[in-house]
Order: sequence, then structure tokens, then C-alpha cells
Amino acid sequence: MAMVLSEEAGMLKDAAKGFLADSAPVSQLRKLRDTESADGFDRDTWKAMAEMGWTSVLVPEAHGGVEMGHVAAGVIAEEMGRTLTASPFLSTAVMGATALTRFGSEAQKGEWLPRIAGGKAITALAVDEGRKHAPAHVETRAERSGNGFKLNGKKSFVADGHIADMLIVSARTAGGDAEEDGVSLFLVPQDAAGVTIERASMVDSRNSARVILDNVELNADAVLGDVDNGYKPLEAVLDAGRAGLSAEMSGSAQECLEQTVEYLKERKQFGEVIGTYQGLQHRAAHLYSEIELGKSIVLKTLQTLDLAPDHAAMMVSAAKSKMGSVAQLAAQEAIQMHGGIGMTDEYDIGFFIKRVRVAAALFGDTNYHTDKFARLRKY
Amino acid sequence: MSDLETFRAETRAWLEENCPPEMRKPMTGEGDACWGGRNWTFQSEAQKVWLERMAAKGWTVPEWPVEYGGGGLSKEEAKVLRDEMKAIKARSPLMSFGIWMLGPALLKFGNEEQKKEHLPKIARGEIRWAQGYSEPNAGSDLASLMTKCEDQDDHYLINGQKVWTSYADEADWIFALVRTDFDAPKHEGISFVLVDMDQPGVTTKPIKLISGKSPFCETFFDDARCEKYNLVGEKNKGWTIAKYLLTHEREMIGGTGTGAMRPMGDIAVQQLGLNDAGQLCDPVLRTDVARAEIDGLAFMATMERVTDEAKSGQGVGANSSMLKYYGTELNKRRFELMMDSSGHDGLEWDQENDVARHWLRTKANSIEGGTSEVQLNIISKRILNLPTA
Repeated sequence: MAMVLSEEAGMLKDAAKGFLADSAPVSQLRKLRDTESADGFDRDTWKAMAEMGWTSVLVPEAHGGVEMGHVAAGVIAEEMGRTLTASPFLSTAVMGATALTRFGSEAQKGEWLPRIAGGKAITALAVDEGRKHAPAHVETRAERSGNGFKLNGKKSFVADGHIADMLIVSARTAGGDAEEDGVSLFLVPQDAAGVTIERASMVDSRNSARVILDNVELNADAVLGDVDNGYKPLEAVLDAGRAGLSAEMSGSAQECLEQTVEYLKERKQFGEVIGTYQGLQHRAAHLYSEIELGKSIVLKTLQTLDLAPDHAAMMVSAAKSKMGSVAQLAAQEAIQMHGGIGMTDEYDIGFFIKRVRVAAALFGDTNYHTDKFARLRKY
Repeated sequence: MSDLETFRAETRAWLEENCPPEMRKPMTGEGDACWGGRNWTFQSEAQKVWLERMAAKGWTVPEWPVEYGGGGLSKEEAKVLRDEMKAIKARSPLMSFGIWMLGPALLKFGNEEQKKEHLPKIARGEIRWAQGYSEPNAGSDLASLMTKCEDQDDHYLINGQKVWTSYADEADWIFALVRTDFDAPKHEGISFVLVDMDQPGVTTKPIKLISGKSPFCETFFDDARCEKYNLVGEKNKGWTIAKYLLTHEREMIGGTGTGAMRPMGDIAVQQLGLNDAGQLCDPVLRTDVARAEIDGLAFMATMERVTDEAKSGQGVGANSSMLKYYGTELNKRRFELMMDSSGHDGLEWDQENDVARHWLRTKANSIEGGTSEVQLNIISKRILNLPTA
């Protein structure tokens, strides 16, 4: 498959770039932060995204979607990374849609997919419990109760948790605390009795929550996929999200570089534009090279998810590892090359270093995915 | 069956019949390669036969036009040929600076007589070429070269010295950059000439490197003669050809960061083994190896993307500098890891895989064909459009 965007994806990219620059630039995130928005995202922007088909990018046509695939979803995420647009796109349109499309029963698909596609429902994945990403470490319990299950446990770092209509929760139905076997996935309505969702205030001003499950009673049809065998589906959903986050970070890294290069062409010191100095030129040129590599492995990974989703794990980890470190380098270098002004809240660069730090940590940081890559390579 | 599938079937059958079994084993080192030339001694009958058969088909240079000794294949057909050769692990029949560097330059800038004279001999491996670019005082600042080329009415007279001329002591001809105008700005007084090295005015002296090997020479021109019809392109416009060729060279050297080599992780597992948890015994090396492999994947994907972008007309020409920069730095990293993984054994001269010599050789990757710093300058100026003081 050619490593260039199709004409269709190229048009989507142009459309996304134009819309986000006009309707959801960094100033929108700044405003959400400064006004302490209760939602943490702009509902009018979300509605417009749904009207453009973004929320249905991974939903099959049979359920009201446009099913354009992961490359297309990545194109949108990348452009959102340039504007730091706050929205539940990744948690809902990428991960929620992947979970239900690939692993949902017909009833579950019928209930959720049209609403996801229409921008009417928001979903969130509740997987982590500890300080670091560890999807197999599941202490949350789901015990059989009547003809269903009773859930108890705590989840943290749940992106878009407090605005979600439905949580996809990993819980243990068998096995020890760190075993992959015995993990099951449940669809939990946010208003189910015993569910407490507490919003966390994050460094990137984006939505994240802690979720407490206290004797949450669910019917058997709340299980996504098979009981005890939820780990593989969970990994597939995570991989879709990780690839999307990598695409988002790619956009953020490119934006950091471009803004920095523009600044190097304007700022004068010692009587010269500072972009004439080789010390800065080489830093910028090295960063450019790293970002080009990141862009390539992200595109390759999104293509792999479209062509062979069951064989994408190694590429996904490679991309998340690489893009996580490249995007963090880009944000750090952007501040250094901007100098003092880059440290001011008034300047946008600070929003990038904060978001990239969170995006790099979400669903496994660079260290996690470097280690996972090595494990998949059997060393 | 489509034309391309017919071509694939025919190619497969031809290779099956004509590629000698000895030529279907991976090369164990540079010693196995066939370089051709007037003084070449074939290492085996199979090597000779393989070159002759491939050259007769024009497949030493599959995409060159048939009239210049090429195969006249389309890009797609050439890819089929590469794939089919790879499938049977067929060796390249001929290594040659003529194929990689001079040929493309002659096809683009040479006149009809020059193409007819030189290209078929390159294709058949009859003439081995050396490259005469750098001089003792013209390294990164190549355009300040001073080798003098004087017009003697019926021929040119060349005096000066080149350095880092690869395998010049075994070459038959040299393509060289020479100064034809000492008064013009430095980039505008350079010409591109082809010189027969079989004359008293041309001598070579190998340079021994830290690897203990001598892949490069100094080449001296002392009243050397160059026929007038062997000046390529216009007089004083040689810099254009030089830049074109350097781009080619960069892509070639940059490509060493990838591909055909055995994955570093597999080598480390073989050398150091796994612990009870199934992980490489040196945990710090394990991390470094994984990072290098990930960067290798990202680099290969980038090579692919840059090629595909160029095909669809979206390419950034100066990206060859980015590939050269990253590919060579990555290759150096790879060989540092190889030395780490080889441990004490790797520190001995002349041990089985010669890893120490290869490791030392890679240090030149980020110097030859334009240093990493020169590539970063090019990225700054041509891609990021940063200003010059």
C-alpha cells in the first residue's frame, strides 16, 4: 500500500484543518480552561464534527456510519493535535466505535453504534487502576450475581469519564490480579446505581476521571464479547486508541516545530535573526528529522490497523513509543528555542507540552511500549 | 494474465535456469562481491557466468535503455526482477560506482557519444570507475576544490590531488570534479570530466583506515591527459552534476541504515541469551536494542514514504539529506549495540564476523557524502527555509 494519503483522505485532511483552525483553535481550549467549563469540551463543536461524519468514521454503514477506517480517523486526530481541540473523539469515535463494531453483540451494536455515529452518545474506556498503565492488572471484580454480575473496584485516568454516557470497564471474572486470562469487558451506563464518577483536574486541561464501582449490578447482556476472554478485545480497543493518540501527537509535534521555525525567522538577538545561528538550526533540523520518522511509522501503523487489525500490535507499540518520545522532544525543544516567552502562559506552546505529556502517558508511555515491543519481538 | 504477471513468470523461469547455485547464497563479506573492470579476477566460474548472463539480458542495469546496455524495463518490471531475485536469494551480479553514480549522471547530462561509449561498458562490468570529488583542502566545502584542468586546444591537462577516492587503486577510469575557471565564483568554475587512469600522469596510493582496511585512496594527477569529448555537460557547469550525484550518493549511504541486515534483537539473543523471564540478559542493552529497532522500522517506513511521495509528485527533494543524516547515525548506533552485544569476543581483530572492523567503518558513514552537520545545514536551508547570516 502506497505510503501517501488517498485523495479521499487528503480531502478529509484539508477539511479538518480548515474547520479546526476556524472553529476549535488552541484559544478554545484556553477558554474552556479559564472558564472552568463543566463539560471540558465544546458541545457545539462536537455537534458540528458529528455533522461532518467524524464521529462515524469507524462505524459501519449498516449502523449509520461512513466507515472510512483508521487512516481517516488518524488524519482527523492529527489535525486535532495541531489545534489541541478538546473533544471525546478518541474515546468515543475511535475506541468506543472499535469496541462495539468488532466485539459487540447485534443488540449492543444496534443500541450504541447509531448514537455514536450521530454524536449522540459519548463512551469512555475505564481500564487503568494504578499509577502506570497495566491493562492486565485488574483488581476490579465482577462476581456472578443472579443472572448477571456485580462489579466492585476503582478505575483511574479514565479519559472523558465524567462526560460519558457509557463506560467500557475491564473487570476480573477469574484468575489472579495480573493475569490476562479472566479479564472481562462490561458496558456500564454512567447512571447505573453504584457508579461514582469524579472528574480529575489534569495538567493538559482535558477530561479525565476516577471511577468508583460499588456493587454495580449488571445484566449478563452487559458483557462485551466473551466472559473471561476480554483481554484480547481490550488490547484491540487500546491499540486503536494508541494509534489515534500517536496521530494526535504527530500533529502536535509538527505544530510545535512549525511555530518554532517561524519564531526563529522573526526573533532578533545580537543584531541577527536567531534562525541564522547554527546552534539553533541544527536543533530544528534534527527535530524535523525525528518528526518525519514519527509521521511515517504512524501512517504505517494506521494502514496496518485497516489491513490486518489482528497483526498490528507490534507496529502500534513501535508507533506509540516513537511518537511519544518525538512529540515530547518537540514540545521541549519548542520551549527552549522560544526562550523566555515560551514559558509564559500567554503563549500557546505551553499548552502543547502539557497535552503531549498526557497523550504520551495515556494507554502506555514510551517505556511501556518499548518494553512491549521487545516482548513481542521475543527478547 | 496481465503483462506484468507474464513478465514475472518468465523472469522466474529465466532466473531458475540461469542463476548458478553458488550465486544463491548470501555474501559473507565484501570479498564475495563482483566489481568487474579490466583487472578483475573472478573468484569463481559461477561469478563469471552469472555476470555474463545478466549483462547479456541488460539486467545488471534493468532500467537503463537497451541501446546503452540496459534491460529497458519499466519501474514495475524492475521491481518484479528485484523481488524474484530476492526470492531465490540471488546475489547482485555486479557492484559498481558506474552503475550507482556515473551512469545516472551520464543518462541525465551526457551527450549521445558519451552515453554510447561509456554506459555499455559499465553495464557489462568491463570498466570499473572511481569517484574523484574530495581534495585535501576541499572536504565539506567541496566547491573550493583546486585540481586544475587546463585547455590545451586538442585536450585538457589535469594537475592536482583527489582524496577518499574509493577503490581507486583497482579502478580503470575516474569521474572527477576539476577547476576550469579560477576567476569565477567557486561554484561556477567547476567541470565534470572522465579520465582514463591507465596513463603515467595518474597514480594512486591507498589510505589505511582505523579499521585496518584501505577502501579509499589518494589519487594524484600529474600532467594527466583528458580528451575534450570526455567533459560531461557544459564547461564550468559541473557543480550541477556534482549536486545531482551527491543526492544519489546520499540516498545510497542513507539506505545502509535499514533493511537487508539481520535484526539487532535476533543477534543479541543469539550472543547473550535470554533469562528465565524470556528477556535479553542485559536489561539495559535490551532497551537500547528495542529503541534502535523501533527507529529502524520508522526509518524504513520513511524511506518508503519519501519514495511514494516522490512518485506522486508531493516529494521534498532535500529529504535525501534527512535520510542520509538519520540513516547513517542509526547505522552507527546499530554497530555500537553490535559491539556491546559481542562483548569481549567482538574486541578481537579478525574474529569470525569481523564486527570490530565493520563497527569502525561505520564511523565514516556520517562523514562521507557530506557530513551529518552538512546535512543538517541543508535541511535548515532547503526544507525549514531558515535564513543564512
